Amino acid sequence: MTISLSPQDWLDFFVHFASLSLLGIGGAITTAPDMHRYLVDEKNWLTDATFSSSIALAQSAPGPNVLFVALMGWHIGLNAGGGFGAGASAWGLGLMGVTLSMLGILLPSSVLTYKATRWAYQNRNLLSVRAFKSGMAPIVIGLLVSAGWILSVAQNDYAKNWKLWLVTVIATLVVTRTSIHLLWLIAAGGLVGATGIL
Amino acid sequence: MSSLTPELNRPKSKTELFVVFTLLALQGFGGVLAIVQHEFVDRRKWMTKAQFVEDWSVAQVMPGPNVANLCLMIGGKYFGLPGAMAALAGLLLAPLMIVLALAILFGGIADSPSAQGALKGMGAVSAGLIMATGLKLSTTLPQNPMGMKTAILFAVLSFICVGIFRFPLIWALLGLGVVSCFITYHALKQLQTKLDAMSNQSSKSESNSKGPGT
Repeated sequence: MTISLSPQDWLDFFVHFASLSLLGIGGAITTAPDMHRYLVDEKNWLTDATFSSSIALAQSAPGPNVLFVALMGWHIGLNAGGGFGAGASAWGLGLMGVTLSMLGILLPSSVLTYKATRWAYQNRNLLSVRAFKSGMAPIVIGLLVSAGWILSVAQNDYAKNWKLWLVTVIATLVVTRTSIHLLWLIAAGGLVGATGIL
Repeated sequence: MSSLTPELNRPKSKTELFVVFTLLALQGFGGVLAIVQHEFVDRRKWMTKAQFVEDWSVAQVMPGPNVANLCLMIGGKYFGLPGAMAALAGLLLAPLMIVLALAILFGGIADSPSAQGALKGMGAVSAGLIMATGLKLSTTLPQNPMGMKTAILFAVLSFICVGIFRFPLIWALLGLGVVSCFITYHALKQLQTKLDAMSNQSSKSESNSKGPGT
């Protein structure tokens, strides 16, 4: 997939992540539905498959899950530069995508968190602080389930994709009922998928 | 909560913060939170369990990646802004390089059918992992001050808005969030009034000893 991005597009890209940064209460993953809407549906900068695999790869690799944002930036940069095979210019754009997406998703929230943390900690018994914490909890939980839901219905052909659904349901059940290391599940999903039966 | 506060350790330098966060980020497959708790509370004894829960709830409420927020808070507590940045850099740098290396290695074979199949399988599993995290957290809903039924209602509404109808996120956060925080505020206020009335009845003398805390 090859796309072309003007400097204005890159700015929009950065601003979109920066605004999601301040909305990502409960983790960056809760903003995944909005990233999907913007990057895949509206702008066509990423394919559905690349979007989902960025999240899967970041979750299976060590480190914080927010790195899926870096992977999206990387793939959009590569797409803009004509793909990985196009050489150094594409890699440079990929790294620019990484930098802009990570700065966007981290900078606003980090500044706000750093400034507000001391205040919130000192006033943690304040009614309004407790109301905010408890009041946002159900919304954030609903958003998390939504993020998983949207990933699992990325392909809407139910008759053809029932096996993928089954894998998602099994993974959900195993994680909620056992304390198995998540890495095993992702590896298992990859192995089953590689055999081609999905 | 506990009157006997155990002797706590603390990081000696910003370099130590950076190294410790790098090491725990590299152990955290599929999220780092569990590792952070184990490392800081159980192994290194930098904070008590109660302190960890307090820090975590603030980190969770603030926008942005939770673990990055927690990292900023811990680093900032010991060494101010430079400490916060050392901790955040430790959390992100090494894992970022690994994840890019994986993406590049994978990119070369990404078009083969088995790689596409593996991606599909991993994607399906990771969708399950995220839903499971939401479901696990939903066990906290019964303790919500606004009451179990209202809390579940708001969780379901937020799922319907964003998951089913695909409304932009801000609708759920601002629209539903303002209403639910408002309801929670009033529920807490009622609870507070009740508790105050009870404590006034039981012992009037104790109310004088409520000075500034620790």
